Amino acid sequence: MQLSFRKPVARLSRSLEDLHPGEEGVLDRLDLPKDVARRLMELGFLPGHRISRAMAAPGGDPRVFRVDGSEIALRRETAARLRLRDQSAPAAADTAGVSLSA
Amino acid sequence: MSECHGSPAGVASLDPRDDASGVRPHVIAIVGPPNSGKSTLFNRLTGLRQKVANFPGVTVEQHTGRARVEADREVMLVDLPGVYSLEARSEDERVTRDVLYGEMPGVPRPDAVLLILDCTNLGRHLILAAPILSLRLPTLVILNMADDLAARGGKVDVPLLAAQLGAPVALISAFTGEGVDRVFQYIQGTAAGRIKVKAPLMELPVLQDIPKCRTWAARVGEKAHYHAPAPPVWTRRLDSVFLHPLFGPLIFLVVVVAVFQTIFSGARPIMDGLQIAIQSAGAWFGSLLPTGLVKSLLIDGVWSGVGSVVVFLPQILLLFLFIGILEDSGYLARAALIADRTMRRFGLQGKSFIPLLSAYACAVPAIMATRTIENKRDRIATIMIAPFMTCSARLPVYTLIIAAFIRERPVLGPFLGSQSAALLSLYVLGFLAAVMTARVLKSSVLKSGQEPFMLEMPPYRWPTLTSLGLRLVDRSLIFLKRAGTVILVVAVVLWCLANVPYHNGHPPKIEDSVAGMIGHGIEPLIAPLGFNWKIGIGLISSLAAREVIIGTLGTIYGMEGTSQSVGLQQALHSELSLGGAVALLVFFAFAMQCMSTMAVVRRETGGLKWPIIQFSYMTALAWGGGFLAYHIIRAMSAGSFLQALFRL
Repeated sequence: MQLSFRKPVARLSRSLEDLHPGEEGVLDRLDLPKDVARRLMELGFLPGHRISRAMAAPGGDPRVFRVDGSEIALRRETAARLRLRDQSAPAAADTAGVSLSA
Repeated sequence: MSECHGSPAGVASLDPRDDASGVRPHVIAIVGPPNSGKSTLFNRLTGLRQKVANFPGVTVEQHTGRARVEADREVMLVDLPGVYSLEARSEDERVTRDVLYGEMPGVPRPDAVLLILDCTNLGRHLILAAPILSLRLPTLVILNMADDLAARGGKVDVPLLAAQLGAPVALISAFTGEGVDRVFQYIQGTAAGRIKVKAPLMELPVLQDIPKCRTWAARVGEKAHYHAPAPPVWTRRLDSVFLHPLFGPLIFLVVVVAVFQTIFSGARPIMDGLQIAIQSAGAWFGSLLPTGLVKSLLIDGVWSGVGSVVVFLPQILLLFLFIGILEDSGYLARAALIADRTMRRFGLQGKSFIPLLSAYACAVPAIMATRTIENKRDRIATIMIAPFMTCSARLPVYTLIIAAFIRERPVLGPFLGSQSAALLSLYVLGFLAAVMTARVLKSSVLKSGQEPFMLEMPPYRWPTLTSLGLRLVDRSLIFLKRAGTVILVVAVVLWCLANVPYHNGHPPKIEDSVAGMIGHGIEPLIAPLGFNWKIGIGLISSLAAREVIIGTLGTIYGMEGTSQSVGLQQALHSELSLGGAVALLVFFAFAMQCMSTMAVVRRETGGLKWPIIQFSYMTALAWGGGFLAYHIIRAMSAGSFLQALFRL
């Protein structure tokens, strides 16, 4: 545990939107209606899975993400709703199971 | 098709009831996620022995086909829409679910299932195996893209996987044909009733819980010693060019211009040649017939009606060749990605771009091309606005009226003359109407709801000639059958209107015919737009196709054919005021005067609702726009522009 004066307020967790090209993150939750979240989960956006940012359309929107062995493009507004796990926190047990192809 | 084992030719009816033996044929459903190669396998199994229709009551296309398994035995294959699960949220999913549960009217419950999965992405695709296996139907699990898996260093133990799933597994490549004989063997086995359903070794997960299903899929994969392949190197390399911030849009632009040029100008000579061929064939055929009613009906009604449809075929074939190459190679997804930002401004999405672009050539292939848009609301919105794009059939009408009424003088120095400016503004007008309509539709009845834009980027692949060829045959048959039958009827009806009643054994002058009477009848309706009954007849005949109005006006003014363009211009000049001419241009920019388009919209939207809405909306807009244009111009020519505003 480390005290930091630079971030006095609990910093909002990062989302897929904040990933830089090539950067990787672990999905924590999908802040989306159940049906939409389900659809994204079917495409591989499952909590606990590693997701990395790939290419993007010119202008940076939509962006392509590598997840569960495929590449899926999402608009920034959707990517912002997919929150990432705080990397500094101790790695939580992968509830969703280890990805086969990660 | 040479790899297709045991698939001799022979077209048979696809109706399950009229099997020659009188026995209901064996029905096998093909299920799989999108991009799993489902259609490629279906084409391999059935070849040209397939039939396309819509599932009853929905816009989802139903592909059925026959595969011959023994000398005298055929099975019926149903290619179901690509789905990730059997939750019935989207129309595609509902259709797939209903067919598999035997709840789809008119489609017998399948006797067996071919579940096709992409084995380069087995972890994710196996999720679908859980709900399919729980149906307890005889199922063959097909692992497609075996060639890709091997090339990228992945592996899977097929017997182990089969044991885990309690279902036979075939590792195939629908692309190369490798392993497809194994699928044929299975189909033979089920047809002979030799397949028994076993319970999977690995107990199935709770189907509603996707994370659990995914964990189950992962465990099954582990037990089957599945090793995921290395990432597709070439796809990444190509993407770094095609999605490059600078080269990406440039390449996109080149592709767009190439598509546009090809369907707009490239198809022109072929279409002209075809037109001449149809006309001379008609003339030759006509010379064999005795002059009279029958000859006139056959040549002027039936033959020219059918000809007016067939003439679109080169454009359709070229467009679908392009779209086929773009889609099969994987570039279409990249193009949609690049176009998405611009299209979003109009409330649409990236996949609407190519169809709308093609609509500048012709709305018919454009509407058929909206099939690549999975989101139903976006697809209908695209279909609704496509006919506003200035298609090539409007061009001759525009050219004629502009040449007759607008004096050529420089507008922007030597760069732009007033006639070109007028033409350009009509293109802009159509585009604006499309954009406004899209915005209105997408913010009201066709609101996308919560469904966000999601686009899978498939790896790049070489398109195969077989798949391209089948697609071309498929699309042209649909077009010829659907549009052809409607146009045929309309052409015959219009011919009758123009040739009835007979006077002393002679066809009437057009103004005395039923068409003429209708023209007179609708005069009060179109008079506020500055049109008289002669223009009215032209408008009615142009319901078949826009450019027909030129021929009709030619007939009314007693001129043969369209070659007498100058004479027709002078005649129009005496008939229409400047206001009326501008109103006519605006009317043509907005109105839905194309039966082929309506027929295709009806087919693609699965009913009469959307074509009727579209026709009424576009006609109302055309009338309103024409009315405004007529009165503004009239007021402007009568006094100052301010006066014009006041008078309105």
